[in-house]
Amino acid sequence: MNVLEIRDLGVDYLSQSGAVHAVADVSLDLRRGEILGLAGESGSGKSTLANAVARLLRPPAAITSGSVVYHRQDGTAVDVLALKRDELRAFRWKELAVVFQSAMNSLNPVSTVGAQIEDVLRIHAPKMSRNDRSERAVELLQRVGISADRRRSYPHELSGGMRQRAAIAIALALNPEVIIMDEPTTALDVVVQRDILHEIRALREEYGFAVVFITHDLSLLMEISDRIAIMYAGRVVETGTAEALHRTPRHPYTLGLLRSFPRLHGPREELLGIPGTPPDLRSLPPGCAFHPRCGRAVEECSTRLPLLTRGPNGSDGSDGEVACLLNGGRGVEETS
Amino acid sequence: MRFLARRLGFYLLTAWAAITLNFLIPRLMPGDPVELLVARMKGNVEPEAIDAMRRAFGISDASLWQQYLDYLGNLARGELGRSITFFPTEVSTVIADSLPWTVGLVGVATLISYLIGTSLGVLMAWRRGTWLDGVLPAATFMHAVPYFWVALALVFVFGVTLQWFPVSRAYGLDVMPGMTGEFAASVLYHAALPAVTIVIASMADRILGMRNVMVTTLGEDYVVMAEAKGLTSRRVMWAYAARNAILPNITSFALSLGFVVGGSVLTEIVFSYPGIGSMLLKGVENEDFPLMQGIFLVISLAVLVANFLADLAYVVLDPRTRQESE
Ligand SMILES: Nc1ncnc2c1ncn2[C@@H]1O[C@H](COP(=O)(O)OP(=O)(O)O)[C@@H](O)[C@H]1O
Ligand SMILES: [Mg+2]
Repeated sequence: MNVLEIRDLGVDYLSQSGAVHAVADVSLDLRRGEILGLAGESGSGKSTLANAVARLLRPPAAITSGSVVYHRQDGTAVDVLALKRDELRAFRWKELAVVFQSAMNSLNPVSTVGAQIEDVLRIHAPKMSRNDRSERAVELLQRVGISADRRRSYPHELSGGMRQRAAIAIALALNPEVIIMDEPTTALDVVVQRDILHEIRALREEYGFAVVFITHDLSLLMEISDRIAIMYAGRVVETGTAEALHRTPRHPYTLGLLRSFPRLHGPREELLGIPGTPPDLRSLPPGCAFHPRCGRAVEECSTRLPLLTRGPNGSDGSDGEVACLLNGGRGVEETS
Repeated sequence: MRFLARRLGFYLLTAWAAITLNFLIPRLMPGDPVELLVARMKGNVEPEAIDAMRRAFGISDASLWQQYLDYLGNLARGELGRSITFFPTEVSTVIADSLPWTVGLVGVATLISYLIGTSLGVLMAWRRGTWLDGVLPAATFMHAVPYFWVALALVFVFGVTLQWFPVSRAYGLDVMPGMTGEFAASVLYHAALPAVTIVIASMADRILGMRNVMVTTLGEDYVVMAEAKGLTSRRVMWAYAARNAILPNITSFALSLGFVVGGSVLTEIVFSYPGIGSMLLKGVENEDFPLMQGIFLVISLAVLVANFLADLAYVVLDPRTRQESE
């Protein structure tokens, strides 16, 4: 069932002023063919988590604990964190592909989009002929809504939306099982954003890959995801189906996210529903990291660290979890 | 294309300014430069030479404007007047005889320096944090060392002490110039030390420049993406990172061309290499104004041409400059 299993993953950024615990004790499952949304304020560790799974972390980042296991379609399990260089090269893009936030920056400015697709094919499918490669590139571009003649365009000749589509086409090139999308639509305007979301859903139906979709815009996630995980200060604080989270959020932070209205213009970070600012990851408050900003915090919240436990969102057969001490570990009980 | 057209316009304007300054400077000097020269030579000048100098400077009783037009006309026909040092040889002939040596030596040496320096910079950035970082202090040191110092050191060690290489002339006295292997070997042998001087003295700039840009480029998303795509390290390093990092380096290379030319002039002088630099020294020694003027003009124009070539390379390498609308 699961294509990716993350267990107790911890990532630190080492620096002179102490280690930044960007990701701590994260356990997450990604099911075959599902869209898993990952939400949280910026700085909550979403990209770090994604890059850890894709093995793209660079110093000063270091994985301090945990495991990432990938399950092939044939049932064999792969320890992602232990992959050697050549295995990793094959794993990345044949099994797992990534779409980065800014497609302007993630496409090579001096190379055509067609060439950047063919690049992948040349390395991973060496038996393909030159003609086959360019045919496949055209096919992929058309599949994401880019006309064939754009194959010879350079990134700067495409609009922001087109660039992001091209980046998605590159991700699709080898039919991966998992695509990690790190804020793929954040830089785009709302209309283009919608188009691309629908495109992603449609492609998922067609190809059957699973998606980890990262954004700080929870309302956007509600539209596209099957399940959602909420991150706060490096930890997953709640998981559940999009529907359950929308209907009965259990963590006060989720509730705050839902009640805030990200503004269309200006800094999206400003979340009206939650007072205060995200904590300094170098020195987290004791207990629940969210308690200084939580209107419902009780005394225990500042001393005990709540663990992610199967919550009421899971009782209806889904597997919702929440990390909150309120109501005996079941979190808040009110509808958004 | 618009980019190139604009640059071309700029260079033409600069070339015109250089040519015009070349015309104006002798006329702005106090007194008549020719009389000044004749006085310094204590009257030991043939009337023909005085006449040649007057013509070289374009000095006549005609109006300044008429003189300017004459000067431009002469220039268009490649007439730069007669050299005093090599009288009655034309300045253009002196330059034509020495220029190939300079272009050969400096051109090839600069190309080698650019290729090696750039590759080393790429490698050092890619392997930063390893023993290769140990090259950095050395490169920073070399960056500050002037050409003539390198030249003197090489002359001392390999020319005088070890006597491995000749330290002057472009080819041996015992070979006949011609299309023979013997002559070619002699030329290469004689070019070795001056070429190594130019390579060593100019390479540090290329290494440091390339390394710095490359380190920044390695942090770019498209490099991370290339790595994520599972491409081989070699491809990520060259086709994605270095390919982009080279662009700002072309510009800085063009900007540093003046130093390369200046350094090469000094190098030629140290090695008595029969190029344009040595001619310039002779011109200065003999107060040969027509020759100096001609050489300065050629050097200015050469730097402009080299800059334009760098722009061309930039346009070929960076699709963003080819955008029609801006
Ligand atoms: N290169 C780095 N060095 C030190 N700290 C970093 C680095 N990159 C990210 N961080 C820290 O790690 C935390 C998580 O960052 P990130 O994963 O980018 O969050 P998100 O993607 O949710 O916005 C942030 O607090 C950030 O300050
Ligand atoms: Mg991020």
